[in-house]
Amino acid sequence: MSAGFATELAVNAPRLAMALSQTVMLSLAGAALGTLLGVPLGVVMFRSRLPLRLLLALYVDLVRGTPVLVLILASYYIVPLIGPNLSASLAGVIALGLFCSAQVAEITRGSLLAVDRGQTEAALSIGLRFHQILLYVLAPQALRIGLPAWVNTLIETVKGSSLLLVIGATELMLATQQIIARNHMSIQFFAVAGLLYFAVDYALERLGRRIEKRLTFER
Amino acid sequence: MSETVLSIKGLVKSYGAVPILRGIDLDVSRGEVVSIIGSSGSGKTTLLRCINLLEEYQDGHIEVAGETIGYSGDGRQRKPLTERTRARQRALTGMAFQQFNLFPHMTAQANIMLGLVKVRGMARAEAEKIAADWLDRVGLSHRRDHYPKQLSGGQQQRVAIARAIAMSPQLMLFDEITSALDPELVAEVLEVVRELAGDGMTMLLVTHEMRFAHDVSNRIIFMDQGRIAEQGPPKSLFRKPGTERLTAFLKNSSF
Amino acid sequence: MPPEAEVGDHWNRIMGYTFNFTPVWQSLPDLLRGLGLGLGLALASLAVGMALGLAVAFGMVSRQGGLRRLASGYVTFLRNIPLLLLIYFAFLGLPQLGIRLDKYTAFAGSLTLYGAAYMAEIFRGGLQAVPHGVVEAGRAIGLRPLQIKLYLILPILFRTTRPALGNAYISLFKDTSLAAAIAVPELTFQARKLNLETFRIVETWLVTSLLYVLTAVAIANLLRYLDWRANRREGRTAP
Repeated sequence: MSAGFATELAVNAPRLAMALSQTVMLSLAGAALGTLLGVPLGVVMFRSRLPLRLLLALYVDLVRGTPVLVLILASYYIVPLIGPNLSASLAGVIALGLFCSAQVAEITRGSLLAVDRGQTEAALSIGLRFHQILLYVLAPQALRIGLPAWVNTLIETVKGSSLLLVIGATELMLATQQIIARNHMSIQFFAVAGLLYFAVDYALERLGRRIEKRLTFER
Repeated sequence: MSETVLSIKGLVKSYGAVPILRGIDLDVSRGEVVSIIGSSGSGKTTLLRCINLLEEYQDGHIEVAGETIGYSGDGRQRKPLTERTRARQRALTGMAFQQFNLFPHMTAQANIMLGLVKVRGMARAEAEKIAADWLDRVGLSHRRDHYPKQLSGGQQQRVAIARAIAMSPQLMLFDEITSALDPELVAEVLEVVRELAGDGMTMLLVTHEMRFAHDVSNRIIFMDQGRIAEQGPPKSLFRKPGTERLTAFLKNSSF
Repeated sequence: MPPEAEVGDHWNRIMGYTFNFTPVWQSLPDLLRGLGLGLGLALASLAVGMALGLAVAFGMVSRQGGLRRLASGYVTFLRNIPLLLLIYFAFLGLPQLGIRLDKYTAFAGSLTLYGAAYMAEIFRGGLQAVPHGVVEAGRAIGLRPLQIKLYLILPILFRTTRPALGNAYISLFKDTSLAAAIAVPELTFQARKLNLETFRIVETWLVTSLLYVLTAVAIANLLRYLDWRANRREGRTAP
């Protein structure tokens, strides 16, 4: 059996590598979309008055309370209503993006709130305006506070991307299933997929730690 | 003394139902050094924060260098000014805080330069020169490239003062700037303030250092329960307090 | 046409989509049954996962290097792989070794192992927060190590980690949606079925999402209430 597995692994290696890169691309696209949406959302939630803040909090809580799989299925079935001929991958990216946007909004808001109030006051007192304070004083400090949670969201997104197989988007999980469907080596190839996911997520975790250390200013 | 730099009329401020300031009237002339004393909760710090527009207030009128601060109109009609205007007005006054509030991700020099470049619109080279000058004045030239965490509390506070003064404000506000310092670091900070006073800077200080207030001020203001209870030149006020409250307060403070 | 109808029509046709909630209301019993199943699966996983997580947490703070590495390795690995992979491994992989699990067992087992890793992290944090003085005081009055664990550390641990465990339960509940992938008829599975049978697409997913969110909110509030009551009974004020 082990010899057969070695052969199968060698045969399917390119396929797995391709699928892994698709998983990474889908996840990165989702995370990028989510971050682009989530950061401004978080800033507005941090800054704005009550009615708008409640409205955005409703969006964030709704998305965060919904399982990622439901977001994926909903987006898969709803997206074609808006624009036909959109691929499963795109629906997947939108779903992952929604998931990320809510997480990132919450992280952004929390990190900005976590910066000492005295920082804003000192910046105000020398005459800086809100957007300048945000850019030069709060953002650099909030970035450091929020980075670990953001990396965690990235890892959750990679894990969430495995669910895209249910809508037939090509990625690692789907490829694994298709390989297994042909060679019936389910234990072996699920294990391989597990190791690949682990490698990506663990690498992200380590990378996050290194960046975090880099960003540490003397405080 | 002639020109009025700060003029406050009928300033009223409360947090919900709790009154903090119950009608403050105060004029400060150019070059004058005024110390505000009083027990905690008397409204001293809140008064400074209102002048720097860090607090909203319900009624009254504050003018800095002849310009009405924070609001347009009067009484019920008054409206907050735009964010842009308020930001510009805040820069008319400089403020030093109890907790220093230096920006931890910037060097001492960068802390001072930020306002010069982004608010005053100076070229970096010019801002750098001014920052270097002020660091020299507060005796910290050799700490130019250090981050706040690498500085002692006293050094941080000196940088924070330099950061505020470098903006050349009309009026400097000092909010208990030595309260968070270890006792052995207090003197170096007070020395900087004393020099600024000697240079003719207009200053309003909230302080618990009675000896220092006595030595450096032209006028002492005693606040009690949100009002100015008494004021006058330090010598007469400290020697012959006019109210029982001040007598009691002075008895309980250390010189 | 009367004006009311016009307005109603307008609201019913946003972007050319006509809303009709009737099929979804008719299937509500199915959806609710699915929801109940999810809650039950999450509860089972929570109970077993807590015991396992506690054991792993003691391993993580153990003085024996080998045990510590094993426990930490378990947590690090499980936290960095997708739950779906674990589910497929249990349901589709294990039969290859002659171990046949029905879909409920396969799913609950996977979720338990997965949840255990998360709860081990929670417990580890709680264990490290137990004041050392408590252990020393226990020793001083002559308690044996097991007694110290049982009578001193565990009660403190459950008290401090209660809110985090509540969140873990909500998380597990949301994860039960993955059971749909192996045809366990929980809420997401029912929703998908409803979607394909009626094509009331937007209505189906809107109601499903709301059911998940409202249940999570309800659990959170129930737990907050229980926590408040427990704190009062223990004579502490809520933090």
